[in-house]
Amino acid sequence: MVHVSATPVLALRGVSKRFGAVQALTDVDLEVHAGEVVALVGDNGAGKSTLVKTIAGVHPIDDGVIEWEGKPVTITKPHDAQGLGVATVYQDLALCNNLDVVGNLYLGRELLHRGVIDEVTMEKKARELLSTLSIRIPSVRIPIASLSGGQRQVVAIARALIGEPKLVILDEPTAALGVEQTAQVLDLVERLRERGLAVILISHNMADVKAVADTVAVLRLGKNNGSFPVKDTTHEEIIAAITGATDNAVTRRAGRRSAEAAK
Amino acid sequence: MSDTSKTVKSDSGPEKAAGTTTTPAEDPTAAGVLVTDPRLLVREEGLKGYVTEFKRKVKGGELGSLPVVVGLIIIWAIFQFKNDRFLSADNLSDITFFMSATGMLAIGLVFVLLLGEIDLSVGSVSGLSSTLFAVWVVEHGLNPWLALVLAVISGVLVGALHGWFFAKIGVPAFVVTLAGFLGWNGLMLWLLGSSGTINIPSDEGPVKLLGQSSFFMDQAIIGAYLLAGLGVLLSLIGNFGEQRRRKAAGVPYRPTGEILVRVGLLALAAFVAAAVLNNAQGVSNALVIFLAALVITDFVLRRTTYGRKVFAVGGGIEAARRAGISVPFVRISVFAISGGFAAIGGMFFAGQTASATLSAGGGNTLMLAIAAAVIGGTSLFGGRGSVWSALLGMLVIQSITTGLNLLNMNTSIQYMITGGVLLGAVVIDSVSRRSQKAAGRA
Ligand SMILES: Nc1ncnc2c1ncn2[C@@H]1O[C@H](COP(=O)(O)OP(=O)(O)OP(=O)(O)O)[C@@H](O)[C@H]1O
Ligand SMILES: [Mg+2]
Repeated sequence: MVHVSATPVLALRGVSKRFGAVQALTDVDLEVHAGEVVALVGDNGAGKSTLVKTIAGVHPIDDGVIEWEGKPVTITKPHDAQGLGVATVYQDLALCNNLDVVGNLYLGRELLHRGVIDEVTMEKKARELLSTLSIRIPSVRIPIASLSGGQRQVVAIARALIGEPKLVILDEPTAALGVEQTAQVLDLVERLRERGLAVILISHNMADVKAVADTVAVLRLGKNNGSFPVKDTTHEEIIAAITGATDNAVTRRAGRRSAEAAK
Repeated sequence: MSDTSKTVKSDSGPEKAAGTTTTPAEDPTAAGVLVTDPRLLVREEGLKGYVTEFKRKVKGGELGSLPVVVGLIIIWAIFQFKNDRFLSADNLSDITFFMSATGMLAIGLVFVLLLGEIDLSVGSVSGLSSTLFAVWVVEHGLNPWLALVLAVISGVLVGALHGWFFAKIGVPAFVVTLAGFLGWNGLMLWLLGSSGTINIPSDEGPVKLLGQSSFFMDQAIIGAYLLAGLGVLLSLIGNFGEQRRRKAAGVPYRPTGEILVRVGLLALAAFVAAAVLNNAQGVSNALVIFLAALVITDFVLRRTTYGRKVFAVGGGIEAARRAGISVPFVRISVFAISGGFAAIGGMFFAGQTASATLSAGGGNTLMLAIAAAVIGGTSLFGGRGSVWSALLGMLVIQSITTGLNLLNMNTSIQYMITGGVLLGAVVIDSVSRRSQKAAGRA
């Protein structure tokens, strides 16, 4: 059984964020503990990526409090979040197309050897890391521009694992991946939990969520719409929370199906 | 980055044919072997491999410095055909001396171009710096070396100011530096006042050092060869040092044969150049400083975290920002570097003429500096390039200028030809970017 510590690694209390006329987040609460995988779900535009970006320092929050290991912190730029130990894989991957795989993996925290970038050690570690993920990438020395969408995604994920993060945030990490790579990412999420890291996983795939998450937090129109322990919650309950009604497109469709089957 | 085109080799038997990304077998701590994609095109062993790799690169738009070298040979051949003094030692020596000044401007511009931006003020800033220097030394009797330092600091501050407007206020760099282009030129004209020209004593200080009759080690024959030898030695140590560390770490490395060929070519070029310059009067100190600046800035761009930040911002601003890089800092500092090199270039111009004049840094100085950086292979689109393009590009530009002077062509023709060459370089840059996109490399 997974041990869940008492003080959450990260806690959001009443976080709000607006973009011009769009109130993207309203009074959102969220807690993640060490060794816990929280799945953040919600419809398109629910505000999941925005929430992630506030934690990662890409978009500073307008209102509310972010607590890190019990203490309030201010996160206004990506550097702040990295300093705390937050590693983020963004939905819009954000890699430098002109740098090679090694350069991207270590961007912003290059290893140094006598004050000079240590390409050799970085390359060696990059190869080790990529091979533990058994990822097929033609060469760690080709520019990101030459990689396929899925390969880039894998590089972005590997990037999050360099350094010693305490919280890993994955925004739809499997969206562009094949069957095998998806399974690997899910394995990876489980390994992160076993290592005692906190994980926030965003996914539209309920099967993935049920497979790896401990808790499901639902966002709807930028607000909390329930948080459920995965074990005791059915598929239908989560979907009802996502869509905001028990009578929704998904249940209606399922209903039609069973009615047709009954005929 | 330049490292990506590096060819690699494995020395473990069976994998030899298969290719490049395997690890040397002798190393027990070798990193886990990467799962190599069977579709990956790898270079075959031997000469044929290099030829096919070369063809693939040309098709993929990775022309590197090939067009420049070919262009340079054509240009030299044409001028030599028109006037057989062109390839004389004295003329070649002139080319290397006069290219250093604009070359300094081009080095600063490479930094700016790597961000995908442009600095239109470098010509004016260089003129301003030589004027400041002249005013301080001649009218206020300041120590010339102190005046030099102050002039360069002024250039850095001016550049930082441009960078600040660009990074913090969000004014497009093109417009800020266009304003600088006019404004700083105005300031220079105002400082020179009615006299129009200030003659700087050329018997001491930086103006003497940068003058046309100042040579490395006082024209000692050995001087040129020492420089060439030093360059080759550094390259040998660098290459084999890297090979050793890569072998030890179990990552692909450049085979000894390839290193020897590369260093051999470098040695050939360096010693031929040294012999030619010795046949004239020796290596001008201006050229030595230009080369030293190239080596240092190349090191900064490729080997330091600062350089990596410059490339990152040039390749993806959002990615750089999310990696914790301060984009405003990089932008401001890059414009400051550009301003600093413009000021140094201004001192070189002052050394050439031993004066500060109304026309300093005017005319086509800016155009030539931009043309040099782009012709040399630094992309206008940001994220790709190297300071060595300042050297290659300046060789082309200065050869054209000197050649046309030799043929007594007037300025009108010079401007038209230089404009045409710049356009050609930009077209090559754009086309190669397009084919790189098609080949998935940009
Ligand atoms: N940079 C921005 N500027 C303005 N509005 C934004 C910005 N980013 C997001 N929004 C708005 O905030 C809302 C939430 O967007 P967000 O990207 O967080 O959704 P999401 O839950 O991640 O959706 P998806 O499942 O499609 O990824 C949307 O209405 C979007 O238009
Ligand atoms: Mg999203």
